Amino acid sequence: MRYLPLLDEDRAHMLKTIGVDSVDDLFTDIPKCARLENGLDKLPEHASEPCVEQHFSELAAKNINAGSVPFFCGAGAYRHHIPASVDHLIQRSEFLTAYTPYQPEIAQGTLQTLFEFQTQVAQITGMGIANASMYDGSTACAEAVLMAARITRRSKCILAPNLHPHYAQTTRTLTHTLGIGIEQAATAIGADTDVMQQIDDETACIVVQSPNVFGEVIDLRALADAAHAKGALLIAVNTEIVSLGLLKSPGEMGADIVAAEGQSIGNSLNFGGPYVGLLACRDDKKFIRQAPGRFAGQTLDAAGKRGFVLTLSTREQHIRREKATSNICTNSGLCTLAFTIHMALLGDVGFRHLAKLNHQKACDLADQLSAIDKVELLTPMFFNEFTLRLPKSAHEVVENLAKRGILAGVPASRLFGEGIMDDLLIVAATETNSDIQLSQFATALAEELS
Amino acid sequence: MSMNAKGRPTKPETSNISPQFGSALLQEEGLLHEVGHCDKTGVDMEKLSGRTSRLGYLERSEATGMVGLSEPEALRHYVRLSGRNYAIDLGLYPLGSCTMKHNPRLNEKLARIPGFADIHPLQPTSTVQGALQLMEELSHWLLEITGMQTVALSPKAGAHGEMCGMLSIREAILAKGELEQRRRVLVPQSAHGTNPATAAACGFEIDEIPANAEGRVDWDVFCSRLGPDVAAIMLTNPNTCGLFEPDIRKIADLIHEHGGYFYCDGANLNAIMGKCRVNDLGVDAMHINLHKTFSTPHGGGGPGAGPTVLSSRLADFAPVPFVKTGKTGKLQLVEQLNDAPDSFGRMCAFHGQMGMFVRALAYMMSHGGDGLRQVSEDAVLNANYLLARIKDHLSPAFSGTCMHEALFDDEFLKGSGVTTLDFAKALIDEGYHPMTMYFPLVVHGALLIEPTETESLQSLDAFADTLCELANAAKSGDQERFTQAPVKAPLRRLDETKAARHPVLRFQENLQNT
Repeated sequence: MRYLPLLDEDRAHMLKTIGVDSVDDLFTDIPKCARLENGLDKLPEHASEPCVEQHFSELAAKNINAGSVPFFCGAGAYRHHIPASVDHLIQRSEFLTAYTPYQPEIAQGTLQTLFEFQTQVAQITGMGIANASMYDGSTACAEAVLMAARITRRSKCILAPNLHPHYAQTTRTLTHTLGIGIEQAATAIGADTDVMQQIDDETACIVVQSPNVFGEVIDLRALADAAHAKGALLIAVNTEIVSLGLLKSPGEMGADIVAAEGQSIGNSLNFGGPYVGLLACRDDKKFIRQAPGRFAGQTLDAAGKRGFVLTLSTREQHIRREKATSNICTNSGLCTLAFTIHMALLGDVGFRHLAKLNHQKACDLADQLSAIDKVELLTPMFFNEFTLRLPKSAHEVVENLAKRGILAGVPASRLFGEGIMDDLLIVAATETNSDIQLSQFATALAEELS
Repeated sequence: MSMNAKGRPTKPETSNISPQFGSALLQEEGLLHEVGHCDKTGVDMEKLSGRTSRLGYLERSEATGMVGLSEPEALRHYVRLSGRNYAIDLGLYPLGSCTMKHNPRLNEKLARIPGFADIHPLQPTSTVQGALQLMEELSHWLLEITGMQTVALSPKAGAHGEMCGMLSIREAILAKGELEQRRRVLVPQSAHGTNPATAAACGFEIDEIPANAEGRVDWDVFCSRLGPDVAAIMLTNPNTCGLFEPDIRKIADLIHEHGGYFYCDGANLNAIMGKCRVNDLGVDAMHINLHKTFSTPHGGGGPGAGPTVLSSRLADFAPVPFVKTGKTGKLQLVEQLNDAPDSFGRMCAFHGQMGMFVRALAYMMSHGGDGLRQVSEDAVLNANYLLARIKDHLSPAFSGTCMHEALFDDEFLKGSGVTTLDFAKALIDEGYHPMTMYFPLVVHGALLIEPTETESLQSLDAFADTLCELANAAKSGDQERFTQAPVKAPLRRLDETKAARHPVLRFQENLQNT
């Protein structure tokens, strides 16, 4: 067994040192009735590296990967180019095989990059501070709602109608046990600002996604004002963080907490995970005290040199136990590193260029697709994703185009269930789409609908 | 000093000065925001066409304030920073309860195959049949190892899996109409902090059960706390003292008799694979840390993955999404709550940590059923060998053998002026990452050591020698060696009080070097 260093003679020597006859003597506390005398004999025996590799290659070959076809899926996960150096750096042993930085003297690599990550996230969201990451955008959203409830000491939460339905469901699941009452009007394009009418004196927060699940960009300023007027908070959700290179930041528009998915920077699609949840908020003691997750903070060592530590941990489960702000422990360490390195490579100049390029590609695609007979663009103000009304079932169109080697986007019915919006197709374009791919898609869709 | 023929010295001058930063291999490195520049970028992209945006007044008018680096500068910055981290690949990482084992590189290679890394969670399921098959195979292995009925793959880490298990239990209680009544969750004092935090987040009250003198659940106290208001017990097994709970079957039976459920924290599964199956112990729900037992890299704090196995009593309440086989034999995803009427809900946006599923399955297949059993045997053997080697020098918290980790208290440091923290920091100067300190809370000044099965005999001997030598040094009054430690690390001890009292959580120009 290539991963196990002990030889049989080592094992014999060790048993003798311990003073037992066989290794089974170390397992005698297991009740007799529960002991597995024959081990895991229904599972295959150990396999060589080429043998395992062969099996996984066969499985992978049954999938169509995004890079091999014209690809336009988004709805919460986006395909962007990741510079080769990012993946090289995150595979360095010192980053890859380190634990959570509980011993700061020998974990400054991780701690300093977390501090850099927190700075970058605060800068792009326009918020005062950011934490060291959550699991993903949807769990960041749920945690933000709980945080808002603690800050305001209120328990009503209003979700905008066009919050990604998976985010809405996750938020409901992870908050209802604490008595949070969630209200959400039926989804409808253009209806997000209606939440203003629902805010009252018991409202802890409103949760608004921009760009929303249909790709619509929302002006958050009036929503922020309306929430603040009633003592409620605005949680801004973002599932395509690249958009912040082109859009006014949620902080600039008055958001109190930002919950976002950071996958677009540095992280592959990975069929949905691992991703990296971003959580940023106002630089306010009341907010920081109620925030979930870890923070890296700056300090000095005994010799007066600058260094970084995990800090403010009296909020966390390992100290506060049942009184902790969240049960989160392990978060998305290596994904934050990928984010940080990719963002450092982009810099402000590259990040804004990338955002413009995405917007341009999507505008070009929207023009071409909406020029097709009976295809209607429903979201005129979008970043890199938009929604079309098709003259037939979007699910059927997507399946048929997949057979032709084009992954044409996400039918709204995949997210909301069948029956309500079967003719809506959510389409994303990024810098990875060539102009040729855009026209291939337009041609294929026109043929499919003709 | 001796010289060679060319007049070059052949031997270095001896010196007592320890390594310092500033040498060629130990570079000082500033923060990104000090070494970068706002006009620099390390990414070349397609030119912009100049078409105007559709965003009008919502367009950003100001720069973000971020800085950039060219590629060579970025490589240098992050490679230099990496040199300031300890890692498994550098040496033994004896963090108890964390299972820091070797991370096979084959698994990294496989997770990067485009057929897994470059597929979208909402692609038509007809185009991701291989991914769904992989999830089914992973489930099969996890269910064979645990004997349980079903597994929810979507939880993204251990604590998220705890949430999944406890929400399943809550839903089952709700279905019986007993939620109003069953408010209390029993949590042993030795539990991970995540257990009480999870139960509280699920809306339950926490009732702490003390440990007995042998480090196990106090049976009499446990019995006295049972009642019609108990929802569940959350028990780690083997527990965080590194001991198997011999009464576990009785605990399970009794909690079931009283209408409650048994949540098992699976953090220590590495000790019992192939030796027993948790279903036979009476467990109703258990999360499995793929980043511990199945070696997906910890990455400096994640990502993890926490698939949660459920008993037949809870299987119907599992969260969406999950994989099922359709009528035509094709694999499908059940994603809508309407299609899973008993499900308690959804844990996260998509299907879980696919990247970790690939790695964990590759790990399991590489080991096979026989290898996984050997893993547990070697993990327990290594811990007991280490315990035997050092028990006369340190003070084991409990007598007898242990499972995969050994717990010590600070009795051996009594009167030395050296604390558990000092002792741990001194290990850094000896070339090791410290063990888990001050956890579990059931013994004074706890030191919890878990070597894992991927350490060789030579490695264990060297570590044991170091621990014994340090213990003897502490006892002989060499206090300064401990209270000043570490002196050979990139930084000396850091002021955590200052960090918490005056939080600086992001780079700010005017706060440099404060």
